[in-house]
Amino acid sequence: MRSLEIVWTLLVKDLRIEWRQRETLASVCIFGLLVVFLCDFAFEPAGAEALRLLPGVLWIAFVFAGILGFNRSFAAERENACLEGIRLAPVEPGLIYLAKLAANFVFLAVAEVVITFAAALWYNFSFFPAFKDFVTIVFFGTLGYVAVGVTFGAVAANTRMREVMLPVLQFPVAVPIFIGAIEATSGALKGAPPNLYWSWVRLLIAFAVIFAVLSFMLFEFVLEE
Amino acid sequence: MIQFSKMNRTSWTSVHALVTLLWILVALYLALIYAPTDVSQGNVYRIMYIHVPSGWTAFVAYLLVFLGSVGYLIRRSQTADDLACAAGEIGFIFCSCVLITGPLWAKPIWGIWWTWDPRLTLTFVLWLLFAGYLLVRGFFINPGRAALLSAVVGIVGFVDVPIDYMAIRWWRTQHPQPVIFGGPNSGLPFSMLLTLLVSFGAFLCLFFFLLRRRLSLLRMRRDLSHLRRELAED
Repeated sequence: MRSLEIVWTLLVKDLRIEWRQRETLASVCIFGLLVVFLCDFAFEPAGAEALRLLPGVLWIAFVFAGILGFNRSFAAERENACLEGIRLAPVEPGLIYLAKLAANFVFLAVAEVVITFAAALWYNFSFFPAFKDFVTIVFFGTLGYVAVGVTFGAVAANTRMREVMLPVLQFPVAVPIFIGAIEATSGALKGAPPNLYWSWVRLLIAFAVIFAVLSFMLFEFVLEE
Repeated sequence: MIQFSKMNRTSWTSVHALVTLLWILVALYLALIYAPTDVSQGNVYRIMYIHVPSGWTAFVAYLLVFLGSVGYLIRRSQTADDLACAAGEIGFIFCSCVLITGPLWAKPIWGIWWTWDPRLTLTFVLWLLFAGYLLVRGFFINPGRAALLSAVVGIVGFVDVPIDYMAIRWWRTQHPQPVIFGGPNSGLPFSMLLTLLVSFGAFLCLFFFLLRRRLSLLRMRRDLSHLRRELAED
């Protein structure tokens, strides 16, 4: 119970900071919108083409928007030695990880709502027929992506050129998420029977669980001075 | 007679170098002269004796990066971190070798340089993971934390490989693939298998030789910086 309280306190701290500055959310959302917008020019999708391209466009936007958030998440903690402050608290490092995971998940989820809404509008596409499955897929895909992203964000915060270093670390590891999420989304949006793409959702869940547990265990070393 | 117990590190290295050289020569003889020409591919297939052992060696290297990373987190031994670093660097070379010899072999046989088939895709992802690991090692602001953080990156990357493999395999089975000939791997005759294994031995021998050289270089560099620091303090 106490662990939950700790995670909650840390999460609320991140959300409150975000509420006062709105830096991360604003930049993540705008960046995601720009990706969808540029893809419009790149592919000029219409009709059936739009349906074929949409899952890829959406996930490219989610993935790039996410990277921006992870970078910000720990870079902000380095200012005024905030990370040292958190580290001084008598708290298990894994719990700090879970709080960061939750905060980044919330930010990316908000951005995903905005991006999806814009994509639906610009591509003249309705997400409602497959809404529940779509939300499930995005939920687990995002969870796995954030699970790795938070760990690598914390690692990359210790490097020069961290803005470049994070995607270099994150994208190769996130390949299964990328493949699985696009295949599943595409299946769901096409209205295919769920058993055809459900194995992809299971892969996304497995990825999220494995990397959340692994990061939870490794975070102690990431924060160690 | 040489007294083996009294041999120092340098002379062991020379022996290792000599063994590696001889082994490579034997492997070259087997690959270029002894092994029969393939019925369907002609002489082109002989690149297999470089391509396949490089790939296996890269996997061995990746395993060592993982073991070194775990070893460092548990025991905090500098040797474990050195092992992960050296294996990562040399493994990257072998992985690059796979990616260069692959298309060279594929073009005359498949008619294309590259196809996103599971093994090619996985090798490329492995190469990216190696590259990311090495890049990040070189960019830490505080070198004192480099070993710790690279160990975390090494472990996460290693755990990712089997999941990558599954995802890529499922992905490929759902997409049309270019027609690929059976290839020499389907039922290798004994002479080819022998050549392949001897080549793999030669690559491993070379790998461990380079690994030893790299490890001793890392050690010397550290000794040197210790000495410098002591001199500065005096």
